[in-house]
Amino acid sequence: MLLTPHPSYRCFNMQTVLYDGSYQGFLCAVFDVYDYKFSLVDICTKDQFKGNIFEQVHNVHHHKEHSERVLKGLKQKVSRETLLDIYRAFLSEKTGIENTLLQFIQYVFSNKISVEKDFSHPAVITIGETVKKVRREKHRMEAFIRFQKTKDGMFYAIIEPDFNVLPLIITHFKSRYADQKWIIYDTRRKYGIHYDGVICSEITIDCSTTGSSVNEAETQLDEQEELYQKLWQSYFKSINIEARKNTKLHLQHVPRRYWKYLTEKQLKF
Amino acid sequence: MNDRILEKLNILADAAKYDVSCSSSGSKRKNDTKGLGNAEGMGICHTYTADGRCVSLLKILLTNHCIFDCAYCVSRKSNDVKRAAFTVQEVVDLTINFYRRNYIEGLFLSSGIFSNADYTMERLVRIAKKLRLEENFNGYIHLKSIPGASDELLTEAGKYADRLSMNIEMPTEKSLKLLAPDKKREDMIRPMTFIKNAIIANRAEKQLKVKKPLFVPAGQSTQMVIGATPESDWQILKLSDGFYKHFNLKRVYYSGYVPISNDNRLPAFGTPVPMVRENRLYQADWLMRFYGYNVDEIVSAEDPFLDMQIDPKLNWALKNLHQFPVDINKADVNIIKRIPGIGLKSAYKIFEARKFTRLTWDHLKKFNIAANRAQYFVNLKIDDWQRKDYSPQQIKNFILSAGNSKYAANSSPQLSLF
Ligand code: SF4
Repeated sequence: MLLTPHPSYRCFNMQTVLYDGSYQGFLCAVFDVYDYKFSLVDICTKDQFKGNIFEQVHNVHHHKEHSERVLKGLKQKVSRETLLDIYRAFLSEKTGIENTLLQFIQYVFSNKISVEKDFSHPAVITIGETVKKVRREKHRMEAFIRFQKTKDGMFYAIIEPDFNVLPLIITHFKSRYADQKWIIYDTRRKYGIHYDGVICSEITIDCSTTGSSVNEAETQLDEQEELYQKLWQSYFKSINIEARKNTKLHLQHVPRRYWKYLTEKQLKF
Repeated sequence: MNDRILEKLNILADAAKYDVSCSSSGSKRKNDTKGLGNAEGMGICHTYTADGRCVSLLKILLTNHCIFDCAYCVSRKSNDVKRAAFTVQEVVDLTINFYRRNYIEGLFLSSGIFSNADYTMERLVRIAKKLRLEENFNGYIHLKSIPGASDELLTEAGKYADRLSMNIEMPTEKSLKLLAPDKKREDMIRPMTFIKNAIIANRAEKQLKVKKPLFVPAGQSTQMVIGATPESDWQILKLSDGFYKHFNLKRVYYSGYVPISNDNRLPAFGTPVPMVRENRLYQADWLMRFYGYNVDEIVSAEDPFLDMQIDPKLNWALKNLHQFPVDINKADVNIIKRIPGIGLKSAYKIFEARKFTRLTWDHLKKFNIAANRAQYFVNLKIDDWQRKDYSPQQIKNFILSAGNSKYAANSSPQLSLF
C-alpha cells in the first residue's frame, strides 16, 4: 500500500538509509528516499546500525536545500501543529520512529486531500501516541525543573528526561525567565542550553564526569539558596492534608524517577 | 530571622491549604516587558501533595488573625492556634524567589480579616501592585476578594490580579447563618457582581480595539465546602449552574469538609473527608461546562443526590437507555460525547476519522476509550461479545464488577473524569 515495492526490487532488498541522528539529517534522508525512489526502506542512525550483509546501505549527506525542500513540501500539506508533531515524535528517539514518520509523510504526499486527521491510519495512530508521551515529558520538565542559584547569579538545573525534550522547552523558559541567566543541562544526552539574558545557546560541559561539575556548582551556591530550598521544603510539608493522603495518586503524578531533582523531595537539611 | 520566616510560612501555608483552588490557567499575561514570568496559557502543576493535589501557586494567608468566627475555618477567632502575619516585603520576596527557582507559577494570596475588610483588602492589593510594578513580575496572581471590600479596592485588585475569588463557602444562606454568623451572603455576592460587571466592561472595550490594561484576565472563581452541612447535590449544583450562567465564573471548587473542630454544629473529628462525593461533584460540574449537559439532566429535586457508585455520565446514560446504542459512524458529535467511556478527545477523533473510513471497534480501542463501559452504548460489532437487551441495573452491575479501580471506595477527587 504505502511502500509499493519498485518492480526492480525483490522484497528481501531492504534499503537501509543511514543518517546522523539529527532532525536535519532525517529530513535529508526523507529527501533521498524520494530522490532515489527507494521503496522498502529502513531509516536508521549510524550509531544504531548493526550491519547486515543482505542490506543495501545508503549514506545520507547533509544538504540544506534537501531538508528545506521536504519542510516546504510538508508545510503546504499539513498544519503547523502537525509539522511540529513530526518533530516532537522524532525527538522521542524511539526505535523505528523514523520509518513511521516516513510512512506518514508518504501518506501525506500521496494524497490530494488533507489526511493529517485520519486518526484511523496506523502511522497517524503511532505518531499520535508518541507525541502524547513526548509532550507529557516536555510538560513534566517545565514543571519539575528546579533551579539553584549560584554566587554569580546563574540559575542552573540538571535534567535527565526520557526523551530529548530540551529543544522543546527553550521557548518556555526563555520567555519566563527573560531577566535571569540560566542553564538547563541534560546529563543523559550531555548537552545543555545556556541563556545569558539575551540569547540561548547550546553548551556541552567539557570535563570527564558531569558529576564533578555539578558538585563544583553546589559549592558555589548563592548564600540565600539554602534558605529558599528549606522554605520550599517546609512549604511542601505544611500544605499536606493528612486526612486526604493518597500515595497512589501522588506517585501517578510524580513518578519516583523524577524525585532526585525535586527540591521538595530532598531532605538534606 | 530565617527561623521566624520559616515559622510564619508554616503557619500561614497550613492555614491556607483548605482552599482547594490552585489553578494558574486562563490568564493572558505575557512577558512583554522582558521582566520575570509569564502567565500566558496553560497552568503548570509544579509538584503534587502527598494526597495528589496539584501545587501550582504559593498559597498562603497574609495573616491568620481574624475577627470573624466561621465554625468550619481553622483561623476562626475562637480557635486556639498560633497566629502570624507576613509583611508585604516578605510575601514579595518569597514569591519572587520561589518563582525564579521554578517552584511555582505565582501567588495565591488570601487572608484572615484583621480590623476590617478594606484594611485587609488594601494589604493584599499592595502586595500585588508591588510585584507587578516594582518587581516587573508577570507570573500568576490570584487574590481573594475580602467580603465587604470597597469597589475602589476591588478595581485596584483587578488591575494587578489574574484571578479574583470570593468563597461562597456554604451552599445556602441558612447554613452560612448557622456556621458563619459574622458573614452576610450579600457581602459576598455584591463584590462578585461588581467584578463581573467590570470584567464585562473591560472586555467590551477591548473589542472596540481600545488598548485597555488587563483586568482580571483569568476571571473569578468560588468555593463551596461540601459535607459540613446537609445540602443535597442538587442544591449545590444548581448554585454552581447559577454562578456559571449569571456570574460568568470560571470555576466553582468543591472542598470536602476536613473535620478541624469539635463544634457540635459540624461533623466530628475523625469523620472521613467526603472525597468520593467531591469527585462526583467535579464530574457533574465538568459535564455542565464541557459536555453540554443541563444541570437538571444530572440531578433533580426528585432525585437530588449523585450516585456514589458510578459517575454522573454513566448514570445519565443508564436512565436514558432508549437513546442508545449510538451509531458511531453517523451520530452527531454531541451525542457521541454522551457515550460513557468516551471522552472529549476520543469524540473528536471519532468525528474526524470517520470522514476517512468506516470506524470499527478496533479503531475505537485505539482512541483511548474505556471499552468496558462504552461497549454497552455503541452500535458496533464488538469482537466476540454479544449485545443483549440488558436492563440498566444489569449494565451497572457488569461495569461495577469489572473491577474498575476508579469505583473503589476511596477514589480521588479531580483525578480521572470519565
Ligand atoms: S473570615 Fe475567613 S479566615 Fe476568618 S474565620 Fe471566616 S473563613 Fe476563616
